[in-house]
Amino acid sequence: MIRSEILKEIAPILRDQLVVCNIGIPSQELHAIDDQPTNFYMLGTMGLASSIGLGLALAQDKTVISIDGDGSVLTNLCTLPTIANNVADNFILMIIDNGSYGSTGDQPTYTGKKTSLAGMARAAGCDNVVEVMDVDTGPALEKAIAERKMTVMVVKCDSGNAKMPVITMDPVVIKDRFMKAVSA
Amino acid sequence: MDIDKKITDDLVANDISFVTTVPCKQLAGVIEEIDNRDDIFHIPSNKEDEGMGLCAGAWMGGKRPAIIMQNTAIGVTINTLATLIQYYRMPLPMLISYRGELREPVACQVEMAIHTKALLAQMNIPTYHFHQQKDVEELDMILKYTFMCNKPVAILTDANFWGGYGDQ
Ligand SMILES: Cc1ncc(C[n+]2csc(CCOP(=O)(O)OP(=O)(O)O)c2C)c(N)n1
Ligand SMILES: [Mg+2]
Repeated sequence: MIRSEILKEIAPILRDQLVVCNIGIPSQELHAIDDQPTNFYMLGTMGLASSIGLGLALAQDKTVISIDGDGSVLTNLCTLPTIANNVADNFILMIIDNGSYGSTGDQPTYTGKKTSLAGMARAAGCDNVVEVMDVDTGPALEKAIAERKMTVMVVKCDSGNAKMPVITMDPVVIKDRFMKAVSA
Repeated sequence: MDIDKKITDDLVANDISFVTTVPCKQLAGVIEEIDNRDDIFHIPSNKEDEGMGLCAGAWMGGKRPAIIMQNTAIGVTINTLATLIQYYRMPLPMLISYRGELREPVACQVEMAIHTKALLAQMNIPTYHFHQQKDVEELDMILKYTFMCNKPVAILTDANFWGGYGDQ
């Protein structure tokens, strides 16, 4: 499965949760598949989906799911020790690990070679790290939400992108409706 | 005046309850003070752009954030300031130790110091510079200004403000 197929499958689960979605095609796909006020779309700032999600989870009680990418986690690897040492049990970091920089044309990342993000998350001190295959994403995500235990999920899937339109919504509008959904 | 306590008191008085830091020698005292305060959640970050991401999330979660960092971090955070904090229009007080200014003993620190104000000006970031201890009196107003206008705001604090480096 490619990222967009996973997002289509888990959209009904994501709909009721606060979601911080990674820059580029991941946000475009989620926006096209199921736009919700509870979605915070990143339009830039590669790497910070996990940091924004953790800050949000630490600041309030609702469950927060950061949908991240392997390339983005690799560029902000210092996020893993911060997550490990500041446990927010309402936080789920779901890394769509397609082994590539999908948004920029599927150039390979090191996670498709020797590097394991699950291993790095464990070494950083994250207590609850699961690696799942694309077809198992839905049940694994539902379990993580139900457990209310901080979870790092690494979802292994194929590289590839769906053709979706660019998000033209103004960033301040994205933020404003998201903050209203957070405090609702 | 205990400058570290005064700064922390001003943060608390302005309802700032989420503070991320990357240390600088000059900031050691204020970081310790913040760490000891029950009304502030202190989350050390490993890199300042990561810290700004944490602050953005905390803000959207209903908490007033602040970041404490060294001026060299301006070089680390330009993209994050432009595409996250400014683009989505979020408030962020940045208490910045201004290394490489008068009384600086480490020559390399001057190399980012000479770019600091130019970069902040290029980014249209409101910038204040504390030279003397009494300048801290403005901090309360600067914090109110930051959350009034929803912008990142820089407060540069040089070695003279912190009382120099002792007998170096
Ligand atoms: C600092 C910076 N460098 C490069 C880019 C270009 N860029 C945007 S998205 C992306 C790929 C992200 O890959 P990943 O996180 O694995 O997500 P995927 O698209 O594969 O789901 C890159 C390299 C950028 N936006 N910012
Ligand atoms: Mg990828």
